Amino acid sequence: MSKTNSNPLVRWIDHRLPVFTFLDHELHEYPTPRNLNYWWNFGSLAGIVLVIMIVTGIMLAMQYTAHVDYAFESVERIMRDVNYGWLLRYIHMNGASFFFIVVYIHIFRGLYYGSYKAPRELLWILGVVILLVMMATAFMGYVLPWGQMSFWGAKVITNLFSAIPGIGESIVIWLWGGFTVDNPTLNRFFSLHYLLPFILVAIVVLHLVALHRFGSNNPLGIDAKGPQDKIPFHPYYTIKDAFGLGVFFLFFAWVVFFYPNFFGEPDNYIPANPLSTPAHIVPEWYFLPFYAILRSIPSKLGGVIAMFGAIAILFIVPWLDRSPVRSGKFRSWGFKILFWLLFVDCIILGVVGANPPEGSWLTVGRLATAWYFLHFLLFLPLLSVYEKPKPLPHSISEPVLKGGGSPAGALSQPMEKA
Amino acid sequence: MGSFFKGAVAALLATALFGPISLNSASAAEGVAIPEQHWSFSAPFGSFDNEARQRGLQVYREVCSACHSLDYIAFRNLEALGYSEEQVKALAAQYTIEDGPNDEGDMFERPGKPSDYFPSPFPNAKAAAAANGGAAPPDLSLIAKARPHGPDYIYALLTGYEEPPADFQLMEGLNYNAYFPGHQIAMAAPLSEGAVEFSDGTPATVDQMAHDVTTFLMWTAEPHLDASREMGIKVMLFLVVFCFMLYAVKRKIWHDIH
Amino acid sequence: MADGAHTAGADDGETRRDFLLLTTVAMGAVGVGSVAWPIIDSMNPSAEVLALASTEVDLSPMSEGQRITVTWRGNPVFIDYRTEEQIEEARGVDIETLRDPELDQDRVQEAKWLIIIGVCTHLGCVPLGQKVGDPRGDFGGWFCPCHGSHYDTSGRIRKGPAPLNLPVPPYAMSDGKVLIG
Repeated sequence: MSKTNSNPLVRWIDHRLPVFTFLDHELHEYPTPRNLNYWWNFGSLAGIVLVIMIVTGIMLAMQYTAHVDYAFESVERIMRDVNYGWLLRYIHMNGASFFFIVVYIHIFRGLYYGSYKAPRELLWILGVVILLVMMATAFMGYVLPWGQMSFWGAKVITNLFSAIPGIGESIVIWLWGGFTVDNPTLNRFFSLHYLLPFILVAIVVLHLVALHRFGSNNPLGIDAKGPQDKIPFHPYYTIKDAFGLGVFFLFFAWVVFFYPNFFGEPDNYIPANPLSTPAHIVPEWYFLPFYAILRSIPSKLGGVIAMFGAIAILFIVPWLDRSPVRSGKFRSWGFKILFWLLFVDCIILGVVGANPPEGSWLTVGRLATAWYFLHFLLFLPLLSVYEKPKPLPHSISEPVLKGGGSPAGALSQPMEKA
Repeated sequence: MGSFFKGAVAALLATALFGPISLNSASAAEGVAIPEQHWSFSAPFGSFDNEARQRGLQVYREVCSACHSLDYIAFRNLEALGYSEEQVKALAAQYTIEDGPNDEGDMFERPGKPSDYFPSPFPNAKAAAAANGGAAPPDLSLIAKARPHGPDYIYALLTGYEEPPADFQLMEGLNYNAYFPGHQIAMAAPLSEGAVEFSDGTPATVDQMAHDVTTFLMWTAEPHLDASREMGIKVMLFLVVFCFMLYAVKRKIWHDIH
Repeated sequence: MADGAHTAGADDGETRRDFLLLTTVAMGAVGVGSVAWPIIDSMNPSAEVLALASTEVDLSPMSEGQRITVTWRGNPVFIDYRTEEQIEEARGVDIETLRDPELDQDRVQEAKWLIIIGVCTHLGCVPLGQKVGDPRGDFGGWFCPCHGSHYDTSGRIRKGPAPLNLPVPPYAMSDGKVLIG
């Protein structure tokens, strides 16, 4: 407790602004389930990637010019003339991709282990809001270099809003600040791209407050029965998160230093030309599944609704899944298969999104889109009502026997290593 | 971790099967396979060959610069190719750069300085297009990153001029190229045997010139490639060691829990 | 942040000097430090700014008594082709009487070429004296209209609030040209 801290300065500050007590409580002694596995690292990873994006973003903003005549050139100046500019740019560019990789894994973890279930529904909903804000931020960020894909991606996606009946056209003109994607659009995207990450920080804080209300879920999906089921966050999870961060940096550094354009589109190294449309307009990879869903519906408005619907549906997952069992570990084989099918379906949607919406790609895309919605709206709810789950162990600390847990058992050894 | 982990591996394998298709959609759609070349600068650990870059610069200056600009390269950048400050100054001075306005309000011409950028062969994009049958020759600074398969594609294009197949309808004023999308390119074959005389005596075959100018153009697109890889190796080594140590500390701290 | 103690139900309050932990933390600090440098250095002048850090001026068209102004790193630089009288005047001053004592010989490489940065050392205005008809102050050099600083024919402060002489930039002269910076 910081009240008994040996340092008098710490005590003086803490008495007036209990920041040390707060940190002590929320990050040090904070009781956390003892059995978290490495899939629980991805939350802290996402937070750290956000910090990296903000720091590199601010440094880049010192050198970037948000004007259609200078934007592309200013980015090249950063890459060539600014000290370590190439490093800052490649970290920021690839950081966006890794941010989505981490967050997608984090989401799938939540889906498998039922982290969205009561009482964590609001935690989950805040997470979906974070995803939405991330997507808006990334979309606008990609426009800023003003390459061919920046421009045409912006044109295609902003044009979608014209599908809104009646007021659609006016909304698009209002978004553009003109009659096409041009300088006013670029400038406002820069302003908003700078703003949204800080809004994101605020939502992340709410996300963490909601998390700390009931604490983390765990791979068994059962609540802690007592203090023996939990361990202090520090040093156990601080060191585990640090290790996970180190491994993450290995992958990140591999891409940033050796394959920095792996996730990118060559066309974006061509300055934007409003008179020349690229052969294939593709968004960044993390939007591809949604792009596929958009293009699988023949009607423009239908496609837009389906695309936003694909994210909107995530908001109500806590109520679509009626199973009283949280963790997929104790749910039926049907659930496990359904989960992996969803994962594969998302990959398929991603591949479809990268290809022109013709022929067999279109067919596969439509089937995959149908499957996505059926998963959430039909298969998952039905399964959750009719499946036979496995018996749950008595507690987190109880020894786990092969083939399912036995309900009662003396507290002997702790759980096996996560 | 058991079943979730196994499922993850299975899903990743599924991804691996689809992987090759997804990320290079452009060339897959074209259907023309770009042959892979060996480059001194290939990822992950390659670096630029100075001699090749210098020969490539010569090819650019003597062949390509007639139509293609190199807007993002300043003469001072050429020191990276192994030239001295004096040599760069002399090279720059060979060029005439427009400057001004002077105190009379007129634009004037002066010899180039190291801080100047390579001048464009045309005053603006429209002039470039008008002089080239409606298609402006693209700037070459970033061309190696602006095309799928970058360097392999440039090399293939430069060496891919051939007679069109018998049933091919070649349009007026265009040239057949095996690797250009659509196979009809406005640029006539720019390289021919002996078009350039290399000062280091290397025979100027089409393959050699294509290889060297591609190396040069990869550098113009990615001038910090060498520095990036060097730093990358240090960072990766540091991280590998650091991860081992973090894991050891983690095991130690968690020992009483397990 | 981390000390060697385990707090989960263990009894120890002892902090073990853990070599492994210490090395790991040290490596972490090195890592964080090496990340900080590129961030800070990116704010330093970039390559294309440094490339314009020197200005070359051809002095051959100038005539005795003429003064020209050139730009160097964004600031005005006064180049004065001094007359014999101006040089004598500058050298005749007893430097003990100067606020910023400096010999004229120490401020020029060649006596007839005075090259100084035209920014008043008081609060940064550009002193007058470069154009024909400009006031030159009481000492024949330059006069700063903002707060009345007078500089002499060597650019040294003689009267008024400025604390220091007009600075001399680094320069090198060779066959009729000067390279500033």
